[in-house]
Parts: sequence; structure tokens; C-alpha cells
Amino acid sequence: MSSVLYDVPGPRARLRNRVLGVVTVLVVLALIALTIWRLYATGQFSAQKWSIFSYTRIWMLILDGLWHTLSAFLVAAIGALLLGFILAVGRLSDHAWVRVPVGWIVEILRAIPVLIFMMLMYYGLPVVGVKVDPYVAVVVALVAYNGSVLAEAIRAGVESLPRGQGEAGYAIGLRKNGVLRLVLLPQAVRAMMPVIISQLVVALKDTALGFIITYPELLYVIKLLGNQITYGSPLVPAAIVGGSIYVVLCLILSYIAYRVEKSTRRSPKVRRPQGPGTGEATTMTEFIAVQKGVGKGDATSL
Amino acid sequence: MDEVAHLWWQAIEGTLILFFAGGVIALVLGVIVGAMRVSPVPIARAVGTVYVNWIRNTPLTLIMFFFAFCMPILLGQRINALILATIALGVYTATYVAETIRSGVNTVPVGQAEAARAIGLGFGQVMSLVVMPQAFRSVVPPMMSVFIALLKNTTVAAGFSVLNLGSVTAYLSEHREAQADNLFQAMVTGENQLLTLLLIAAIFVVLVLLLAWLQRVLERKWRVER
Repeated sequence: MSSVLYDVPGPRARLRNRVLGVVTVLVVLALIALTIWRLYATGQFSAQKWSIFSYTRIWMLILDGLWHTLSAFLVAAIGALLLGFILAVGRLSDHAWVRVPVGWIVEILRAIPVLIFMMLMYYGLPVVGVKVDPYVAVVVALVAYNGSVLAEAIRAGVESLPRGQGEAGYAIGLRKNGVLRLVLLPQAVRAMMPVIISQLVVALKDTALGFIITYPELLYVIKLLGNQITYGSPLVPAAIVGGSIYVVLCLILSYIAYRVEKSTRRSPKVRRPQGPGTGEATTMTEFIAVQKGVGKGDATSL
Repeated sequence: MDEVAHLWWQAIEGTLILFFAGGVIALVLGVIVGAMRVSPVPIARAVGTVYVNWIRNTPLTLIMFFFAFCMPILLGQRINALILATIALGVYTATYVAETIRSGVNTVPVGQAEAARAIGLGFGQVMSLVVMPQAFRSVVPPMMSVFIALLKNTTVAAGFSVLNLGSVTAYLSEHREAQADNLFQAMVTGENQLLTLLLIAAIFVVLVLLLAWLQRVLERKWRVER
């Protein structure tokens, strides 16, 4: 195995690598031991602190928080996709009076920190007499931010297509609407699918910001449980349990993104796969096409 | 009015400390993890991968929550909230720095290093003369995106009792003074929270657009022709 950074290791390099490996393992073990020692020394493993998780009512609370997180995420994801398409189409418009203002809107929405947007809705709007629910504030802020990022992704996808695609569409008599809707967007979305899904992971992660503006999502429930004095304020156990739920949710979504990216890279961009089960390339030409697809994907996906 | 100016100054100071100190932690930790991710030691690669995938799939709010609330319990002493938030930001951003470095190194074709070795350059020379100059150019523009994200993420510390631009509105409202005479005063003193928050949003938009402009300039200057 050779890379840009190092050659195929010889005997001395192999020995050195082995030593470095042992050192890494030791450092990691030391860190884990330190964490466990601190957890143990401060009594985080005591039965009293964990007993809170043996009640159905507590789990109902956690599920309630999880539901708030997921409902905000789902609505925000759908909204962000819709806004993304609208803004992307606006930025691709031939009319400067549409393209330029939409471009500015996208730039500004991307530049405002999501938390500031949420605060603007939750603390700012009541000044002019509009009472905003924390749920609405979370969803609108997430839609605005992720929608503008998705718009950029979709636009980049459309602009990366060969010019011939659009021209062929016009040549067979499609209008602007048809060219964009039937020819360019499907291909752009397909190519940009991994980016779109990773942005949805960002949206899921950012629902946790709702905690700061008192939206009762998972983190809020964790804090609530952590302050129960009757159970010895189990803040650390609650954070471990709730944090694991968050990480697992995001990991699942990231894994989907990873799988989609792998399959997009493997399949040639122009042709859709014939159907499930025809995994092996049958002819030499197809084989070469598949290989080319791999090469192209590698070159563009940085 | 002095009180208000003092608060604003402290808020700006808080944001700057979070940004620069968090950035330094992220760079140091990120370079170490990035080096582990491209190292010839399989175990180091595995550790780097686990760290990056784990932290990247954890919300920043949760990491800050852990540092702000759980760390003092675990260490058994009170720690400055600003320091904890800065470390949390650094730990979170380090994963993005590591990924940027890894993909930057991977954009250098293997043939470059092979050719350098073939003409007899040693490891240090291959790195300093051939690989790093090319990797550096393709790392800097995406690294700017990482720092733009870091700048926006400093606001998350507002939820964990750190005075910065994200939380200055709340602090201002505690120091309510005499009635503001005009809209500008209402905005600066936090009398009108909507205007204050709009001002903060505008500050961030200007800063982010400035950094994005710098990024475009660097990108144009350092584009690698292949």
C-alpha cells in the first residue's frame, strides 16, 4: 500500500508503525480509563442516579422530547427542500430581476447564524406584537438556513451538467419549464443526493438549538431529568442516555448519505440502473462505462 | 450608557475569544486527527475515523451541554463557562479541520510523490517541496468555510451563560436603563429586542460575507492548474 505521503513500508518503517500503533492504543486506553475513573470517583455509576431510567413515565418524557425533535426535523426537512427548489429555480432564472434578488436572499440567509434567526423569531417578533411559538421559531429558522444551502447545492448540480443536456431539451421543443423540470433538475438532484442528505443531517443536529430558546426537545428533557434531586441530580447519566439517542439518529442518517454517495458514484450518471439484481456489468462496454463513472465521481467529489 | 457600551465591548470580546481560541484548538487537534487519518498506522486511522464520525454526528449544542454542565461535575470544580465553551467549539470544529486536511492531501496525485521519490528526495523533502505546497493550496479555501461555520457557531455558546454577541440581548435587558429617545438608542440598549437582534444578524452577515470574499480571492489566487 503506497500513498502520496508514504511509500510501501520496509522493515524499519514497519517496526516504527507498530510502535506508533501501540502508542496510539495506550493513549486511547489512558483517556478511556481517565473518563471511567472520573465517572466512578464522582459517583456517576451509583444505582440511585440510574434508577430514574427504570420508570415508564420517565421514558414517556424522553419519547415526548424525541417526538418534538423529530417532528421539528421532519417539517423543517420538507420545508427546506421546498424552499431549496424555489430558491434554486429563482437563482437559475434568465431574468436578472429575479436572479439577483434571490441570489442576495440566499447569501444573507446562509450568513445568519441559525440560533440568531431563532432568537429573532422568538424574542424579536413579540416586540411588534407577533407571538411566536418556539416550535415555529425552530422550524422557520431551520427551513430558512437549510433551504438556502440546499438551493446552492441544487444550483451547483444543475450548473455542473453538460450544456448539451439543456440544449437537447430545447431542441426537442421543450420550454424553459420543461427543460428544467424534466431534464436538468432530475439529473442535478440525483448527482447532489449525498449533499442533500448530509444537509438534512445538519438540520437534524440543529434542532438541538431549540433547547436554547426553550423548545421542549430531547436536550431540554435531558436537562429536566438531570435536575431531579430525588434521584441525586443524574445530569451525567441523562446526558449519556440522551446523547446516545441523538448520535444514533444522526449516524443512521449519515450512513444513508454514505450509501447513497457510494451508489451514485458507482452508477454511470447519465443512465439509470436497469433494476435491482443486475449488479454485474454484462458487456465490456458497460464495464468501461462503469469504470469511467467511478473515475469521474472521484475527480469531482473532492 | 457607559454600562451598555461596556456590555457590547465584552460581548464582542467574548465572540472574538471563542472564535480565535476555538480556532487554535480546532487547528491543533484537527491537524493531529487529520494526520492520524492519513497515517500508515491502521490503528491510528481507526481512532481518527471513530473520533471524526462520532463528533460530527453529535449536535454542537449537545457537546457544549456536556462541557458546560457535565464537565464541572466530573472534575469536581467550577470552571469558567467561556473556557468550557471554547474547548467544546474546538473539539467540534477539529473534526471538520481534520476532514479538510485529509481531502486536501488526497487531491495530490500519487504520481507527484512517486516522481519526487524517484529523483532521490527524502521523506522530509518530498513533504516540504512537493506534497505540502500542493496540498496547502487545495486546503486553504475549504478551510475558510470551516472557519466561517466556526464564527457562526460561536453564537451557540449564548445558551450556556457565556456573554457573546449571541447572548448580548439577554444581558442588555437585565441592565434596562431610562427610556430610549430614538430608535437607534432603543436598538443599542436592547430596549427594542427586534432591532437589537437584527443588528447582531447584520454584524454576522457582514463578517461572513467578508470572510467569503477573502475565500474567493484566495481560491482564485491559489487555484492548482492540473
